[in-house]
Amino acid sequence: MTERWHRIGHLDDVPRLGARCVLTPFGRVAVFRAADDEVYALEDRCPHKDGPLSQGIVHDRSVTCPLHNAVISLATGEMEGPDNGRTRAFSVRIDPASHAIELSLEPSSAEFRRPEPESEPA
Amino acid sequence: MTDKLVVVGNGMAAGRLLEHLTETDRDRYDVTLFGAEPRVNYNRIMLSPVLAGDKRFEDILIHDEDWYDENGVTLVSGRKIVGIDRAAKTVTADDGAVTPYDKLVLATGSDPVMIPLPGHDLPEVISFRDLDDVESMTAAAANGGKAVVIGGGLLGLEAAAGLNGRGMDVTVLHLAPTLMERQLDPSAGYLLQKELESRGIRVITRANTKAIQGGRHVESVLLDDDTELDADLVVMAVGIRPNATLAKSAELEVGRGVVVDDRLQTSDPDILAIGECVEHRGTCYGLVAPLYEMAKVAAARLCGEAEATFVGAVTSTKLKVTGINLFSAGDFAEGDDREEIVLRDASRSIYKRLVIENDRIVGAVLYGDTSDGVWFFDLLKEKADVTELRETLIFGSAYAGGAPLDPTAAVAALPDSAEICGCNGICKGDIVSAIADKELSSLEDVRSHTKASNSCGTCTGLVEQLLSLALGDAYDPAAIKPMCGCTDLGHGEVRRLIVAKELKSIPAVMQELEWATANGCAKCRPALNYYLVATWPGEYVDDQQSRFINERVHANIQRDGTYSVVPRMWGGVTSAQELRAIADVVDKFEIPTVKCTGGQRIDMLGVRKEDLPAVWADLNAAGLVSGHAYGKALRTVKTCVGTDWCRFGTQDSTGLGIRVEKFMWGSWTPAKVKMAVSGCPRNCAEATCKDVGVVCVDSGYEIQIGGAAGLDIKGTELLGKVATEDDAFEAIVAVVQLYREQGWYLERIYKWMARVGLETIQAQVMEDLENRRALFDRFVFSQRYSQADPWQERTKGRDAHEFAPLADLTLQEAAE
Repeated sequence: MTERWHRIGHLDDVPRLGARCVLTPFGRVAVFRAADDEVYALEDRCPHKDGPLSQGIVHDRSVTCPLHNAVISLATGEMEGPDNGRTRAFSVRIDPASHAIELSLEPSSAEFRRPEPESEPA
Repeated sequence: MTDKLVVVGNGMAAGRLLEHLTETDRDRYDVTLFGAEPRVNYNRIMLSPVLAGDKRFEDILIHDEDWYDENGVTLVSGRKIVGIDRAAKTVTADDGAVTPYDKLVLATGSDPVMIPLPGHDLPEVISFRDLDDVESMTAAAANGGKAVVIGGGLLGLEAAAGLNGRGMDVTVLHLAPTLMERQLDPSAGYLLQKELESRGIRVITRANTKAIQGGRHVESVLLDDDTELDADLVVMAVGIRPNATLAKSAELEVGRGVVVDDRLQTSDPDILAIGECVEHRGTCYGLVAPLYEMAKVAAARLCGEAEATFVGAVTSTKLKVTGINLFSAGDFAEGDDREEIVLRDASRSIYKRLVIENDRIVGAVLYGDTSDGVWFFDLLKEKADVTELRETLIFGSAYAGGAPLDPTAAVAALPDSAEICGCNGICKGDIVSAIADKELSSLEDVRSHTKASNSCGTCTGLVEQLLSLALGDAYDPAAIKPMCGCTDLGHGEVRRLIVAKELKSIPAVMQELEWATANGCAKCRPALNYYLVATWPGEYVDDQQSRFINERVHANIQRDGTYSVVPRMWGGVTSAQELRAIADVVDKFEIPTVKCTGGQRIDMLGVRKEDLPAVWADLNAAGLVSGHAYGKALRTVKTCVGTDWCRFGTQDSTGLGIRVEKFMWGSWTPAKVKMAVSGCPRNCAEATCKDVGVVCVDSGYEIQIGGAAGLDIKGTELLGKVATEDDAFEAIVAVVQLYREQGWYLERIYKWMARVGLETIQAQVMEDLENRRALFDRFVFSQRYSQADPWQERTKGRDAHEFAPLADLTLQEAAE
């Protein structure tokens, strides 16, 4: 499968330890930037109660949902700790020359390595 | 035949030179001394005590007429030397008299810098340099009135304190952000400013003077922000400039001052120069110690000692104002290869900072307790290796005797009478005996039994050392509940260490306190951000990414990801115009729900995030600003209608509520703060379940704190009763400031009160009025940096990235 990459902005458009949203045909995607400038993309919906993850506090490779403090892995979209649940992760990359952020709306390869969640969030 | 020595200038350096000369070899030279001031030699640095009235001129004389007679020195005072003929080796005085020399010493000192502002030549604009200036100031002060001192350096502040002591109403204008910035770091400068302000001296920093105004006499001083200060006297104390005019006219080498080599010789081998007129290795000196050193070297040179050299000097400063103890020495700029040791005792206004480079002290600032200044200065000058002393260095020479001590040993060495907890007046003996008698084993035990470490917490480290001293390995400090999984430290310890180690950024805290994670978590980051905001107002830059979303976008996130918007309604009072604006906004943005809150505000719910800036812009246009309903901050002050309308009202409860809210809005607090003011004991504003409440009665104001009506329901407890609205106002502000300084993040006032004890709060806010005022002042200082409407900032474009999507791929995808 060949992935299609969409240029969505520049690395500096996203604050370190912060996130921005991208509107897509599948709903909002949150693009996160970690302290070391790694970027990640998740569907902007917490597996717990649909909270907008883009509004959470980013720390290390995780984000804490603003609604009820669920902690989600940026790399996998999976809830950390004892909770179960996972949100969709998307592939995202940085063009090394221009520092443009490129997003693929194909499901991230990470998703294929993960089992399906037991139930889809409401 | 005896050589002729002519000395030009009769200040401190010249006086000291003559002492050395006459002691070493009285008859070597035939000395003639010219002084421009019409008097004998006196101790210029003691002019401040003369101005303050602590000393008389007679007390500061160094050499009287008899001394010159006895030592064979011809003194020509009131005569200025106007020319040097180097070829003929003569000097010419302003009366035309010509005096020959074999050796000439220039000690022409320095001139005060007078900024050529409009009006600087008015008769009441003076410098602070010699006895004439002191006499002018004393004469002016006799009439009372207002004085403006331009310059918040050493001399300016001494002048200000002197004039204040003589009854003048004094304002100090200072260009830099903190006083004495060349000698003090900002922390000490801040403490100094507070002390001066507590004496009634007004201090305006970052003040740029535009003009001195007045016709024939000074009337006022105008700043460039158009502030106008009435003035009967203006003292300009902005610095000194080496007086090298004479040397220049004689074509000697002159830079900023008269250039000399290590022999203090000018470019003419028969002419030496000493004192403030000199430039040596690129440095000009304005403090007395190096001038004395130069005088000694020059005297030795004149007596034929070929080895004597002046190689420069490290200087130290003390401010000569009664009751202010301040010492600084060396260089205390921060640097990568520099480390610092800091000791602070906020309750006693003590601040000590040592700057260490390569295991040597390179700078020292002491405020409040300067008793070890000399010791530190010696270590600094000798470039002594302090590795061995390091652990206890900051405690001073008393702990440095004999074998190196670890900090616990230093505590062990303290006498039983040593005060450990300044807030509660608990001595070492009290704590040690409580640990033994009551079998205490934890910090919390000590806190609850002795109250030590129970208030500001700055002595927690000492108390823990006493515990481990008494219990040995049986003491387990890990009994403290950690802030979160990123650290073993509890909130109290983190707050204490932020102050003690002067940690001023989140990365600094995490590095220094050995955080277990790279950048914390959603629990500790907002807490650290608050602690830093509250501890370092004006210095710390708020980290938006460490704030919870509500505080980042200044609205409350709702379950569906939309936001609610609550404008401020001061004291719960609104108007038709405000209500109309709200109604228009609701229509325009199709806001689905409008509801009244429990704090007497109107809440608009269901606003899309992208619409927030536009909603705020419309509300701003009607004068409505952020109500901070989303923050760990001052939320609302609820009021009843009091004496305005109510037949039972005893005081103007609405007015007090509005006054408090207008003063305190924008301040960040450990958890939300809700307040209320009820106009009578019927308590319609429900003040007795608020964080801070006021119940007005006929005879005054009951101030209540520690109520809650949420998860816990709790009535308030009476903090105290005051007679006037001003006292109530000050007490309310002070108790909130105390909470801001001591509270743990997310700890409401009632929990804080349970932890530290109502009595300790009462002692600091209701009994110690000086402390109350200090708390109030710290709140005021902090507010300077927090009272900007966040909505207005964002309608003007701040943090625009928060409110717009990064990209829209919906159209793009659909087109393909």
